[in-house]
Amino acid sequence: MSDSPATRPDREAVITVRGLRNQFGPQVVHDNLDLDVWKGEVLGIVGGSGTGKSVLLRTIVGLNRPAAGSINVLGADVLNGTREERLAAEKQWGVAFQDGALFSSLTVLQNVEAPMREHMKLSPALMKALGELKISLVGLPQLACGKLPSELSGGMRKRAALARALALDPAIVFLDEPTAGLDPIGAAAYDELINELKRSLGLTVFMVTHDLDSLYAICDRIAVLAEKRVLFEGPIEGMTEIDHPWVQEYFTGPRARAAQEKT
Amino acid sequence: MNAPTLLFEDTQDAPVLRVAGRLAIEYLEDIEPEFHKITTAAPRLRVDLDGLEALDTSGAWLIATLKTRLEAQGVSVELIDASSNRIALIDTVQEALPKEDDNAQPERGIIAWVASIGAATAAMGASALSLASFLGEVLSRFFYGVVRPRRWRTAALVSQMEETGFHAIPIVMLMSFLIGIVLAFQGASQLRQFGAEVFVVDLIAISILRELGILLTSIIVAGRSGSAFTASIGSMKVREELDAMRTLGLDPIEVLVLPRVIALVIMLPILGFIANISGLFGGALMSWIELGVSPSMFITRLQENTDIWHLIIGMIKAPFFAAIISVVACWQAMQVKGSADSVGRHTTTSVVQSIFLVIVADAVFSIFFSELGV
Repeated sequence: MSDSPATRPDREAVITVRGLRNQFGPQVVHDNLDLDVWKGEVLGIVGGSGTGKSVLLRTIVGLNRPAAGSINVLGADVLNGTREERLAAEKQWGVAFQDGALFSSLTVLQNVEAPMREHMKLSPALMKALGELKISLVGLPQLACGKLPSELSGGMRKRAALARALALDPAIVFLDEPTAGLDPIGAAAYDELINELKRSLGLTVFMVTHDLDSLYAICDRIAVLAEKRVLFEGPIEGMTEIDHPWVQEYFTGPRARAAQEKT
Repeated sequence: MNAPTLLFEDTQDAPVLRVAGRLAIEYLEDIEPEFHKITTAAPRLRVDLDGLEALDTSGAWLIATLKTRLEAQGVSVELIDASSNRIALIDTVQEALPKEDDNAQPERGIIAWVASIGAATAAMGASALSLASFLGEVLSRFFYGVVRPRRWRTAALVSQMEETGFHAIPIVMLMSFLIGIVLAFQGASQLRQFGAEVFVVDLIAISILRELGILLTSIIVAGRSGSAFTASIGSMKVREELDAMRTLGLDPIEVLVLPRVIALVIMLPILGFIANISGLFGGALMSWIELGVSPSMFITRLQENTDIWHLIIGMIKAPFFAAIISVVACWQAMQVKGSADSVGRHTTTSVVQSIFLVIVADAVFSIFFSELGV
């Protein structure tokens, strides 16, 4: 690939993955996978079903131990670093899971307060104010604060999950299929929100998505997972020229053309 | 890592607030009171953010709340910053600031207390009604199945019988065996005082056959299988699998509930019988060791002096207990709503309620049979 880290010294890598190998029994998901995520960019991960997009996300945030390889997030060695190193890195990232993964016994506000309560020394009043701000920032009504996750719709749960991921003002946010299952208006608003947060907070976003509209609207760069590694990476405009059957079908299909026309 | 500082030059006509350092969440607790103190009599305030090293949303929240507060007092606030990103962040945060909540405070005091008692009573009545209606539903499906035996889910029934019955045999046997030993041991030390050691056989036989064998088996089964019923059907309900079944024309009661209820109604009497035998065995063993009542003497006394009705009464109760445990467990599973937390709560309730109802039923049976004179 033309833009390896060596040739672009002006960019600062916040996530560096080298030689990653993931294996479940005899099934190899990733083999010798390399990936860089630059500071302040929105990286979209795409790939067919079963190419290990979510596994890659889970591996980077340390939920899945790879068979081989090294992962470096914000200067911390995620796999072999000390406990303190890992903890420091963990405070620097937020993860929003596909279906929210909100704590079901806590209200939405308590969910957002949970990381603050755990990692920061804040008074309850301040925590409440900040929690309400985060909830309002992701576009949820104040009424949602006191509700339990089970009382929310799927789209609201995704927003609440983002609010929790943003609770500590992380440098990197991992999103797993953030707009899947949202209505087009909600999805567009979510994209706009990510854009806004990226601009104002200097957020780096690592996003697993299938939403072509999101890919066109907010992703600075796309990484295509295929054949057990990152097969291609680059801005979305270049994707149509790549000579690979899956990539061709994905980025030149009718849905892709429609998404492209919108931008 | 520089703590944020505030410098407030409160001149008469052009006050300036200079903010410097890292205005971020880790310093929020310390700096917040200082922001709170700032007021000015001048018509406009300039906030100079050029000295900021970092600003996160909590820092932006401080400035945005200050801005909102002063603007409400008629002071116009102007932000000065070379970085338009920071201004944009503060604007975003200010727009997102929650409006003063006008949520009505919940009622307190004696009225709320009385209201909560009323609500709890009404809820209890509603839940009794709901249990009765669930029982009715299960029975109607059962008789429907009796008329159309083809609709029986034999595979599910057999696998439930294996899970709830066969796999429970070791624990039930062990428990009952130990109870037999305890009864013999405690009985012996009391009866020896009267020289009535041989009555230990009657003590063991009557208490185990009539009451303890079935009751303790039911309690174990409620903890073991009742909880499993609630948890498994309850998590299916959370994942909308029951709704999926209904849309596919499958009836959850017929597919999930009936096999479990029937399996338990068949297996609990068998488990109870095994518990009886095992308890008698433990009792006989201890009587032999402790009192020298030989096994043959134990058996003879058992056959001659213990009415067969003790065994029959015990066995009559078993299917009723089984029905209570399985119906309560499945009914609680149907009450699960929404979350994993709810599954846990209903599983606990299911075990507690079914054990409680089994004991109540046992007391009712006990009165009933003594009125009958058996």
